[in-house]
Amino acid sequence: MSERVAVRKTYKLFIGGKFPRSESGRSYLVQDSNVSLASRKDARDAVIAARAAVRGWAGATAYNRGQILYRVAEMLEGRREQFVALGVPGDEVDAATDRWVWYAGWSDKLPQVYGGANPVAGPYFNLSAPEPTGVVAVVAPEAPALLGLVSVIAPAIVSGNTVVVSASPAAPLAAVTLAEVLATSDLPGGVVNILTGRHAETVPTLAAHMDVNAIDLTGVTDPELAADLEVKAAENLKRVLRPADHDWSGDPGLGRMTWLLETKTVWHPKGV
Amino acid sequence: MTATATSARSDLSELGRSETALRAFLHGLPGVDQVGAEQRAAQLGTRSIKTTAKAQAIDLAIRMVDLTTLEGADTPGKVRALAAKALRPDPADPSCPHVGAVCVYPSMVPYAAEVLRATGPGRPSDGPGPGSATGRPSDGSEPAGGAAPTGLGGVHLASVATAFPSGQAPLEVKLADTRAAVEAGADEIDMVINRGAFLAGRYGEVYDEIVAIKDACGGADAGRQGRPRAHLKVILETGELATYDNVRRASWLAMLAGGDFIKTSTGKVPVAATLPVTLVMLEAVRDFRAATGRQVGVKPAGGIRTTKDAIKYLVMVNETVGPDWLDPDWFRFGASSLLNDLLMQRTKLKTGVYAGPDYFTLD
Repeated sequence: MSERVAVRKTYKLFIGGKFPRSESGRSYLVQDSNVSLASRKDARDAVIAARAAVRGWAGATAYNRGQILYRVAEMLEGRREQFVALGVPGDEVDAATDRWVWYAGWSDKLPQVYGGANPVAGPYFNLSAPEPTGVVAVVAPEAPALLGLVSVIAPAIVSGNTVVVSASPAAPLAAVTLAEVLATSDLPGGVVNILTGRHAETVPTLAAHMDVNAIDLTGVTDPELAADLEVKAAENLKRVLRPADHDWSGDPGLGRMTWLLETKTVWHPKGV
Repeated sequence: MTATATSARSDLSELGRSETALRAFLHGLPGVDQVGAEQRAAQLGTRSIKTTAKAQAIDLAIRMVDLTTLEGADTPGKVRALAAKALRPDPADPSCPHVGAVCVYPSMVPYAAEVLRATGPGRPSDGPGPGSATGRPSDGSEPAGGAAPTGLGGVHLASVATAFPSGQAPLEVKLADTRAAVEAGADEIDMVINRGAFLAGRYGEVYDEIVAIKDACGGADAGRQGRPRAHLKVILETGELATYDNVRRASWLAMLAGGDFIKTSTGKVPVAATLPVTLVMLEAVRDFRAATGRQVGVKPAGGIRTTKDAIKYLVMVNETVGPDWLDPDWFRFGASSLLNDLLMQRTKLKTGVYAGPDYFTLD
């Protein structure tokens, strides 16, 4: 009896809820696995998918978004061993799972904490409601592979934004495996899109794209590239989060959620 | 290229005289190889058009767009806005060409004419258009000035007629519909053929109807001084014709009856323009010109939304009928959302960064 040949996996991109190969057909080797090397056209396709998903995701109730983020945690818990096999420490997977739960709880509390009734000098109800910014480009941190990625994706999508993430070039396997988790979590296609490959190739396209509303440069290590991206982002006045060092295992804080909120204020005449 | 050459081949022009001869001719046309047509269309769709060729294709496609709004909810305001966009699709870029035509319902023609006619001066190579000095809204009493076939500041004004989209109305109603549109200022008429009669095999009826509508395209008093006859586009509604053989027959029937253009669809049925159907129609106009010397235009309409799609059609035109048809006078796209995608791609080529829909009008 012949020995069974193991089925090897090609790690592909995650765009619009599907797992396509790179349009360019290229791939690179990481930990003995083939990983797609995204091109700028993949970045373009990802933005189209993210834009198409904004309406449905931002329009979903906060309660529903919270349920889905919690579902991500459930799915991640079940795949713990798979991440450990990829070299992600067990306690990091646990921390990432807990982080999904933590952000899931925030979905219907953000509007309460950051919105509300304003006292005004006139016969009006004056209400401020935080709304999502739209499509957010995210450069994921180099490490930790899973916790860092979750810590930049979850705060962006919890309020109804959709993201295009350029995953850490050194650790794309965890990112694509997280995409498999997201794909089985009732998260609508296009809310999270993950590109693997070189930041320098795809991120400038995202930074210059007129249909992207904000860019998170957390994972950019080259200061020259960061400056260039910031200049490109200025063309359509994107919100920009500059690169900074983080202790990803500590308290995440609220800043990563609140920089992606736009406040809508409504004046409503008071009757009688 | 006008209808003068039709009579050169009397054997074809005589066909309309008898239903039997017409049927014999149409059923004598060779059948379409369905698999072959679809394979050929798919193959032509894989061509890669880049950089300067793409820029040229985009500008050509913009000039070929029949910017269309055919909704029950059309208002004069929306039609005026659309006409303004037709003249200057990208207000931020004066080098952007204007579209081929605006296409509206007959009742909306005066509002579109008002905008298109008011902008006569200042358009390159068009000369002083009739009525441009006063900018007077159309009331059908314009003096025939330069009688430029393009009229209306370079942008044609098309109107659907003949009980669009079903075509299920008495002939008298269809004729009145057509005359009203022409009187209101339309210089192109998009008529629908009577699919009921066509599918029932009453080719003579369809033929006579097209001839009658073509006659009505001259207006209530056809042949009046100066004003050129409105161009007639014949909508085959290929989504309802079921087979490519029927598409080929309907194409020939429309051309024999005198149509200036053959158009795929109304955009009101689920299956609209497809590449294989357009291929069959392009082959028909090519063969028709070979047989009669008269050139007929083609207009795919409905379902063409992206620049990529539009370029596939242009490749097919070039490969099937040649560059003679690569001109807004002989090939048009009936579309509404296509224009914005063309403008976004055009902006991408000029600026190097991907454009977003926030910077173009909603229509």
